[in-house]
Order: sequence, then structure tokens, then C-alpha cells
Amino acid sequence: MNIFDFFRERKKEPTASIAKERLQIIVAHERGQRSQPDYLPALQQELVEVIRKYVNIDSDQVQVALENQGSCSILELNITLPDR
Amino acid sequence: MAKILVVTSGKGGVGKTTTSAAIGTGLALRGHKTVIVDFDVGLRNLDLIMGCERRVVYDFVNVVNGEATLKQALIKDKRLENLYVLAASQTRDKDALTEEGVEKVIEELRKDFEYVVCDSPAGIEKGAHLAMYFADEAIVVTNPEVSSVRDSDRMLGLLASKSRRAVKGEEPIKEHLLLTRYNPERVTRGEMLGVEDVEEILAIRLLGVIPESQAVLKASNQGVPVILDDQSDAGQAYSDAVDRLLGKEVTHRFLDVQKKGLMQRLFGAR
Repeated sequence: MNIFDFFRERKKEPTASIAKERLQIIVAHERGQRSQPDYLPALQQELVEVIRKYVNIDSDQVQVALENQGSCSILELNITLPDR
Repeated sequence: MAKILVVTSGKGGVGKTTTSAAIGTGLALRGHKTVIVDFDVGLRNLDLIMGCERRVVYDFVNVVNGEATLKQALIKDKRLENLYVLAASQTRDKDALTEEGVEKVIEELRKDFEYVVCDSPAGIEKGAHLAMYFADEAIVVTNPEVSSVRDSDRMLGLLASKSRRAVKGEEPIKEHLLLTRYNPERVTRGEMLGVEDVEEILAIRLLGVIPESQAVLKASNQGVPVILDDQSDAGQAYSDAVDRLLGKEVTHRFLDVQKKGLMQRLFGAR
């Protein structure tokens, strides 16, 4: 380590705050997925296959989410059809 | 009534076995009859950390398969009256442990011991599942580092949904956070997640903070649980954690940078 490195070292940006922020986001996201039923990914896959019979879409163009609102659950489908 | 404790983490290399050995030994030191059970089938290591590797004759899988009695397989600690170890098998058969087999052994241990400490393997596969399935309390070992914290959160999710208590709808497993390999200097410099950060993200009760310490390697080299090195910072921190586990109020130590004296600065601190 030369003398320039010594001074450069002092100016290093603290990285712990970046770690915390990234963790808060990913942990919140994964907790949200945890409460969803296990069949959701399979349901999404099958829906894509059915739609593909008629329209050519990618698997990431279908979003499936299950939301709980009080006593009822809402299954939300969001399908993006390609431009003509 | 016996208590089943699981020491778990998801991620490997964070200090599960070191913690199992230290906490189990600490409970025995305080007069509680304790057994530490190694669930890491195929990668047995608790025996080395406890210093009883040459006395393993029968293991956990032998007992499950009826090839040995529990009495034959339990290894009595040479240092402490109340302490026993049940070694994992070195078999490569991943399915050597079954839920029924483990349940039978745990129920038998429950009759004889006050505490059963289950040392979980890393990952979320069968071994880790069986180690936590029967637990009453869980010690989640976490390093102040992103992958470890994320895996701990995943493990907390599994404890809350896949354990026996969760499946049967009983009172949930009591969860404790044990932060290990903590380096106050680096936290002060903003290079490492602090206790409060990890507590905030995982949102479970803090059992203890074990500082990064040379004593841990020194202890494992010799096969002595680090808690028996009562002069060391790590040993004392584990000792405090055991007291908290038993319900005592103990203030957290080793969270701040230790000021070095002139002599320590000159000759280096140990």
C-alpha cells in the first residue's frame, strides 16, 4: 500500500447502509411471496400455455397475483398482448 | 418438561456448530442435563468441536435403524457431568433420517434430558427440516452480511409454516436471533451491518451478539467449546446468551469498539 492508497482509503463510502437498503427491499418482496399459495407458479404456467394456443406471448407477459381482502380473495390476471 | 432447541441459519459457515456446542455446554454448566444432537448426516462435525471425535462408536442413524440403543450411542462429555453428544452418521445415504425415526429418538431424549439442542445442517433440505421440525425454540444464527440475513429470514418463514408446531396449529416456535462474527470497528466505520440494522430487518428477539474472535478458532483447534474459555470475549458473550435463554436480563456487551490502552497499542491486543 503506497501513500496515495492510504488517503484514498479514508474516503471510502460506507457500504453498510447500501446493504441494509437492499436487504429491506428483497426481504419484503420475499415475505410477500411466502404468503401466496404454492400452486400459483403452476397456475401461471398453465395459463400461459392456454393463451399461447391463440396468441403468441412470452411467459413473463402474464402476471398472476392473489390478494386477500377481508373475507374474500381476488385472483388478479394481467396479460400483455403483443403489438399487432 | 424437556425443551427442544434448534440452532439453525439457512446459510453455511455462520457458526451453527460452534453455537450448538457453546449453548449446550453453557446449559450443562448451569446444572441442566443437556444433549447436543448433530443432524448434519454425511458431514459430521459437532464431535470435533466438542472434542469427542475418537469416542464415536454408534451414531444417530444407528439408533434410528435400531442397530444400537440410545444409551449406547450417547457420548458423555469428559468435562461436564450433565452433558451428552449424539453424533451424526457419516453415511452418504441422504434419506437415512426419517420423520418417524427422528420423532422416536427425540421423544426418548425428552424423557431423560432437560434440554435437547439440535445442530442443524446448512440449507433447507431434509436434514435442516428434521432438525427444526420438533423444536420448541429456535436460535437463528446470523452474520452481519447480506446473504446470511436473507437466508435467516427464509428460515424464519419455514419455522413459522413447516415446523410441527406450525403444522399442528400449536403455539409458534419461540425465535431468538444470535448475531455472530460481529466486528464493532467495522460497524463504526459503516462497513458492516449493525445490531440494530439486523434486528430491524428480521424483527425477532435478540439473544446475543458474539464478537468476531480469535478464541473461536483456538477453541475449535483444541476441541473445547468456546464457552469454556471464560477469559475470552466470545466465551463471555455466549455465557450471557445462555443466561438470557434461561430468562435472565443481561445487558449486551462487546457491541462497542474496545478502546486500546497504550500497552495494547504498542504490543498488539490479543
